[in-house]
Order: sequence, then C-alpha cells, then structure tokens
Amino acid sequence: MNHDLSGPVTGHVPVLRLGDVLLVTLQGDLHDSTAQQLQQDIGETVAGTGVSGLVIDISGVEMVDSFLGRVLAEIAARASLLAARTVVAGMRPAVAITLVELGLTLPGLRTALSTEVAMDLLAGSDPASRSGGPRQESR
Amino acid sequence: METAAGVDACLPIRSDMDLVWVRQHVRQAAGLLGFGLVEQTKLVTAASELARNTLVHGGGGRMETAGLTNGHTRGLRLTFSDEGPGIPDLERALGDGYTSGDGLGMGLGGARRLVHEFAVDSTPGVGTKVTVVSWADRSPRPRGEF
Repeated sequence: MNHDLSGPVTGHVPVLRLGDVLLVTLQGDLHDSTAQQLQQDIGETVAGTGVSGLVIDISGVEMVDSFLGRVLAEIAARASLLAARTVVAGMRPAVAITLVELGLTLPGLRTALSTEVAMDLLAGSDPASRSGGPRQESR
Repeated sequence: METAAGVDACLPIRSDMDLVWVRQHVRQAAGLLGFGLVEQTKLVTAASELARNTLVHGGGGRMETAGLTNGHTRGLRLTFSDEGPGIPDLERALGDGYTSGDGLGMGLGGARRLVHEFAVDSTPGVGTKVTVVSWADRSPRPRGEF
C-alpha cells in the first residue's frame, strides 16, 4: 500500500466500539487515501480488540464506485480472516442501483438496511443467515 | 432557471484529491440541470470511474463539462482527456472484466452502462478522450449523437 502524501486527508472516520462490535460510519465523499487508511486501521483494530463483528454504516455515502466497493469487500475479507463478521449497513437505493449497473454486485458482502438491523444480525442466533433484515416495504 | 454558470468547467485530474473535486463538480452540475437522484448518482459514479482511468492509465489529464439542451431536456457532457499511452485494444477494453495496470475500476464497460451516450477516441502513443452524455430526462434518444 502506498502512502500518498500529495493531498490532505479529507475528514476523519470515526470507529466506535460497542461491546463486541466495531461501528464505522462513513460520511460524504471519501478520499482514496482515507479509504485505504481506514482499511488498514480497521484491520489493526479488529485484531487488537478481538471484536467478533464489524458494522460499516454507509447511509451517509452518496456514491460507491468500484474503488470504494473493492475497499469495502477487502475490509470484510480481512475482518473475516481475523474472526470478525462484517455487515455493511444503510446503502442508499440510488447507490445500490448504480453498483448493479456498474457490474459490481459484491456477492461476498453481507448487508443490512440499517445499523440497528446490522447489530441485531451480528448478535442474532442465526449466523448462517444471509438475510439483510426485514424490508419496510415488504407486505 | 440557472444558467450554464456552475456547469461548464475544466478540472485537472492529477491526483486522487482531484477525483473528489471531479465528483463534487459533476454532482453539483447534474443537480443544477435537474437530474434526479438516481441519474445523478450514476453520472457521478461514471465520472469517478473515468477520472480514475485518466489518472491511473492516462497518467493524468482533465475533465471538461458542458451543459446541453435538447428541446426542453437538459443534459451534461463530460469529456475526459489525457496524453497517455492510449488504449491498444478498444474492443477488449470495452468488454466486461477487462482491466490493465493495477486492476482498479470496472473499466470503460462499467462506466458506459451508467450513461446515455458514450464515445472513446484513443490513439496509441497520443492519448485518450472519453466523452459521455447523460440527460436529466430518461426518455430514450439515439445513441452516439453529440
């Protein structure tokens, strides 16, 4: 991983520990190097704290391109090797539509419609479930 | 009604910081032209992919944006150009799964699906120019017409 010092790192990414779960909240437009730094930080934090779950809240993210999509997938893959399960929470519908048309469906990524559902999913009794939680509009 | 001010611009693509400005400008311009949220998100994502291509494969370049009018419909044209090595095999580059270099990006094929009109002009050793157009109104119109 190269350390690009050419530009300022835009914004900080807060990483909160809630019991056995790390909660990472992404906001706005992420600089590439911020995303790469986050990837590294999360790996170290997961290993250091021994948490069993990781929730990445992207409800404040207006765009996920193939670079950020790949970063999310790699964070989940690393966490998995470090014995933590990852749930990406709150993806906006416009972002999901765009990712599919782009051809990036991220099949390995577990998702939930909100952080709350993601936390339930990680605490839940059915770890094999790939369900993202109940959808509001389902009837 | 907004005028073209705030829409027409030329932005450098020299670092990953510039990618942030490119995305912000495209989002803002698409918003001014009345793009819906989904079309706006698609165009911003396409711009991000193409600008990263310009940076990674073209060695840097620029994006020019221009507001368009077709009857009552307004659109946005984005032109990404670089003086890089060019794309040796365009057919392959437009196919799915094609990557070169460090494998970032879904390539041109992914970006093409996110916009209404798409054209590439690439000459080996001279450079590459990718032009895309999206319209605020989703009604179908002939492709390849700029």
